[in-house]
Amino acid sequence: MKWLGAALIAGSLLLPPFLAGDFYINLASQILIAAIFALSLNLLVGFGGMTSLGHASYLGVAAYISALLTSKYGFGHGAAAIISIAGTVAMAAFFGVIALRATGLGFLMITLALSQVLWGLAYRLSDVTNGDNGVAGLTRPAPFGVSLDRPVSFYWFVLIVAVIAFLMMTIFVSSAFGSSLKGVRDQPRRMAALGFNPWLIRWITFVYAGFWGGVSGLLYVYYHKYVHPTSLSTTSSAEALLGVIAGGSGTLGGPVAGAALVLLMKNYASAYVERWNMLLGLVFLFIVLVMPSGVVPGVSSLVAKLRRVSR
Amino acid sequence: MTAPAENHALEVVNLKKAFGGLTVTQNVSITVRPGERRLIIGPNGAGKTTLFNLISGDLRPNSGLIRLFGNDITYLPPYKRAHFGLSRTYQIITLFSDDTLQHNVTLGLLGLRTARWHIWRPISFYGDLAAAARKTLDAVGLLHLAAHPISDIAYGEKRRVELAIALAQRPRVLLLDEPLAGLSNMERATVKSLIAAIPRETTVIMIEHDMDTALDLAETVTLLNYGRVIVDGERDTVIADERTREVYLGT
Repeated sequence: MKWLGAALIAGSLLLPPFLAGDFYINLASQILIAAIFALSLNLLVGFGGMTSLGHASYLGVAAYISALLTSKYGFGHGAAAIISIAGTVAMAAFFGVIALRATGLGFLMITLALSQVLWGLAYRLSDVTNGDNGVAGLTRPAPFGVSLDRPVSFYWFVLIVAVIAFLMMTIFVSSAFGSSLKGVRDQPRRMAALGFNPWLIRWITFVYAGFWGGVSGLLYVYYHKYVHPTSLSTTSSAEALLGVIAGGSGTLGGPVAGAALVLLMKNYASAYVERWNMLLGLVFLFIVLVMPSGVVPGVSSLVAKLRRVSR
Repeated sequence: MTAPAENHALEVVNLKKAFGGLTVTQNVSITVRPGERRLIIGPNGAGKTTLFNLISGDLRPNSGLIRLFGNDITYLPPYKRAHFGLSRTYQIITLFSDDTLQHNVTLGLLGLRTARWHIWRPISFYGDLAAAARKTLDAVGLLHLAAHPISDIAYGEKRRVELAIALAQRPRVLLLDEPLAGLSNMERATVKSLIAAIPRETTVIMIEHDMDTALDLAETVTLLNYGRVIVDGERDTVIADERTREVYLGT
């Protein structure tokens, strides 16, 4: 059974380039990018108990820095990527100091406010960001001379990054530090009495999540070859948060499933239903009512139940 | 003359704490020798748990001093006090209910080790942590439940896990906040023998309402009422004191 699951996952990741057309390969790339983003948000929401409504900041800022450096200031892709990730991490370090003055609802409101500031800047600082026009005419990098312009080659590139990201975040949450983090989520007061520094544990996680948010932002801008202020908007933060919750926060598969769900709805439902947001809302309502802990935990407990019955 | 500060495990000097206009700790001064077994008694609302929260750092005093083995810890955050050798349990059970018993105790061990910052190795890699956690669980008689989540076990067993987490840290000063609360007579006897078996390197300060059990464990007693120390001294002296009868035991 376990092997079957692993084979299914490996198959669904490795086969699209051989079987599907460009449309589906591009969709798969987008899902992987959204999955990295959702996984990084899940470090905060699911494992840290820090519900953020401003995580798009890290995606958007990384995308904007790379876009502006390569298009306006003549940087190469390598240097632009390093500067963009470093800048995003520095921003996460600074924002973390501000947002972690509070927990719970206060934390959520501060992350929302900070992301709104950035969104406003992207719109209004049009000398730098081109405002509502966004930054267009971008190129994809060519690592080791391999062009990523074809959907298939880009998919392989994203897949490699996504696998690394998934492994790195899995190790992070199952490490000794991950235990510290989950402990601080569940019983902050006791953890402090046991010798853990709750603030620092949260802050490190915040910065780490910002790093992977930045990585997803780079892939995002490489994919679209365009960046617009909506990448920084509350809508994109909220979409990812909904994906994490729908898929199952605090699990490793949940955010991936949730991100896939949101993107599939967006791409398919919007072709048939004009108000696809409403349909998305109904799907979330269904999930919350039927599987309150998310699709992945919900389905796995269903499978366990079925097995017990069939025995 | 008082002895030099280093000779005290814990020294509380003129501690004051008020919530708005309500003063819950008034000029409390207590000294505890290393290895001592101290019982803190007093009626509900006497400020016993508040005193513990001040010592452990969950609350900040308005004025006064707290020293642990001569180190001024009055304004240190709680996690730093743990590294000075202070550990505590809670009156209301404060456990990690989705995690196994072994993981609960492991967190107690992890709190004092640098491994708590390691992000590159799975927690299961640390065999010494697991071994130490299981040893502590064995000491409190819960090894057979090590792999069960806290939510699976009975209340009386949770009380023992509460104790095991603190004991795993091998604290120099251990604060026990009503370790017998809500236990049956049989469970009381078990926990009592566990407390009696705590090594003398650990100074024990205990809040407890069950006088029959607690007085057997105590060498010295402090009586609090309305946030003040009323009587303080050797067990039998305090018990015999008229003010104790008046405040606590009733005549």
